[in-house]
Amino acid sequence: MDFLVSVQLSQYNLYVQNIKRLLVLTFIILLAGCSGRGISAQDPSQQIKIIENKGSDTIVNLALAWAEEYQVIDPTVQLSVTGGGSGTGIAALINGTVDLANASRRIKEEERNAALENGSDPVEFVIARDAIAIIVNLENPIEHLTLQQISAIYSGAINNWKEVGGEDRPIVRLSRETNSGTHVYFLEEVIRLGEKDNHTLFAQNTLLLPSSEGIGAEIRQNPNAIGYDGLGYVTDEMKVIGVALADGEPYIFPSARTVNNDQYPIARDLYMYTNGEPEGVIKEYLDWILSSEAQEIVTELGFVPITK
Amino acid sequence: MKSKQITGKESGSSIREFLITALIKAAGYSAILFVGMIFFFLLLESFPALREVELSNLLSSRWYPIEDYYGVLPLVGGTLIITIGATLIALPFGIGTAIYLSEIAPRWLRDTLKPLVEVLGGLPSVVLGFLGMLILSPYLRIWLDIPTGLSAFAGAILLGGIAIPTVVTVAEDALDAVPKSYRDASLAIGATEWQTIWRVTLPAARSGVLTAVMLGIGRAIGETMTVMMVTGNAPILPTGLKNLFSPVRTMTATIAAEMGEVANSSTHYHVLFLIGIILFLISLAVNVAASAVVFRQKKSQGHILS
Repeated sequence: MDFLVSVQLSQYNLYVQNIKRLLVLTFIILLAGCSGRGISAQDPSQQIKIIENKGSDTIVNLALAWAEEYQVIDPTVQLSVTGGGSGTGIAALINGTVDLANASRRIKEEERNAALENGSDPVEFVIARDAIAIIVNLENPIEHLTLQQISAIYSGAINNWKEVGGEDRPIVRLSRETNSGTHVYFLEEVIRLGEKDNHTLFAQNTLLLPSSEGIGAEIRQNPNAIGYDGLGYVTDEMKVIGVALADGEPYIFPSARTVNNDQYPIARDLYMYTNGEPEGVIKEYLDWILSSEAQEIVTELGFVPITK
Repeated sequence: MKSKQITGKESGSSIREFLITALIKAAGYSAILFVGMIFFFLLLESFPALREVELSNLLSSRWYPIEDYYGVLPLVGGTLIITIGATLIALPFGIGTAIYLSEIAPRWLRDTLKPLVEVLGGLPSVVLGFLGMLILSPYLRIWLDIPTGLSAFAGAILLGGIAIPTVVTVAEDALDAVPKSYRDASLAIGATEWQTIWRVTLPAARSGVLTAVMLGIGRAIGETMTVMMVTGNAPILPTGLKNLFSPVRTMTATIAAEMGEVANSSTHYHVLFLIGIILFLISLAVNVAASAVVFRQKKSQGHILS
């Protein structure tokens, strides 16, 4: 019963946190809206500008935190931030419904072509870095795995924890849905070990969960489970696995330091895409995001800031 | 036609009468029109899928659209296994509750219970999914000793729960509509209460009860959010009863999870519409089967009930 209560509590905390953020953001937007309207009556150049920002669920909390902060810095800009997955954000950019698309993976060739066909020209910005943590239940005695072992687990070659030195338990593989940039990154860089002509797929019985929370909830209560998620989503109630590039190499745990000195093998860049070279308020916002002030927020949320 | 004879004594009202009849008729036909238009739209959007994807690919057992594996069989199987499981749960519970409410429970209890059951029917499915994910699935894993509780079984239990209020409400109304004289006659010739329920009341209300079950199944097939949260969404082709206890991926969850991401008019987009058509045809088949049975029974039982 105990673990259930704690599961619900942390769930609750997360929700309260998100709701708080949303409330603050709405409030600020309302305030900005009111004052903005007052000013614009006298000076039309001070009109409220709206930036639509959508995409990766990995980035959404970071983007919300930035938006909150930026509202204070420049109240004439309204930011509307939504998640949905990297693919969703890029699709929206292609269809011209957003100004900024968040993506936890690079834009695909066919997406770029579709964009060009549609008359938009996506420009890429690296806005932060992220480590993908391999997580298991706290009861799982496994401490570390090599990249090859993780690949073998997720491709279905290893099906029991005892094959990697653990207890005699079946392995339950958890993954994000296919529209998640994290999913695509994991497939290419971990399961296929970054090899271009490797066509290994996720084992067919991999659970595809629609949210990071879904993965967290299952990891917390199921000792059979293994999952992966952005470092920012890891809590004390899960165990992070040390990862080695190959057998015999040192096992590295993910952190800002190990990501920035390229020791931790499963790290990636996080992106924002604009439609064409950014201008005006969008350019100002992006410049601010790359400033050291905004990059401090990156650290606070458990991601890795970009070092210039 | 009948209504015209009743109110048609004033000639001034006949135009109004005509207009109202026409409006009501139009409202009635509009439902057919909408269904027709939806079907046409689905056909139009899904047709390219049949051209772009080979049939052997569509009928394979692998669904992984970002690498062009478009096997829809695991998804159809996932929906079927969950729907069958949900029906097996909703049928006895739903009809049992309906019988209790209509035939056995005292009036005051019935007046309290029925609104409560209806409230249960109004629970947002995302809330049920949330409870299922955090409470039901961990316990299922421990009790049944399965690798993960996120399984078809968890989905079937929750969908059964979602279907029960529909079944109860409609079936109870049908039982309630059986004339009291039937029961009185049955009890008067010495039948016990149970014999009366099982041999007289329930058969007399059969068509209504059947409609209730079909509506419940319809509710279960179309449910999306709950199954997406508790079934694990792994596209495994079910091959037997054991798959009830492993993760599955349903058609509805697939459409919901993937529609947001696809580029307009891509192959993946068209295949998702094809899945929509399959789903549409399955619910159509359920409905047609239901009304066929109901219609046949109405014909043969017409002389008893009216």
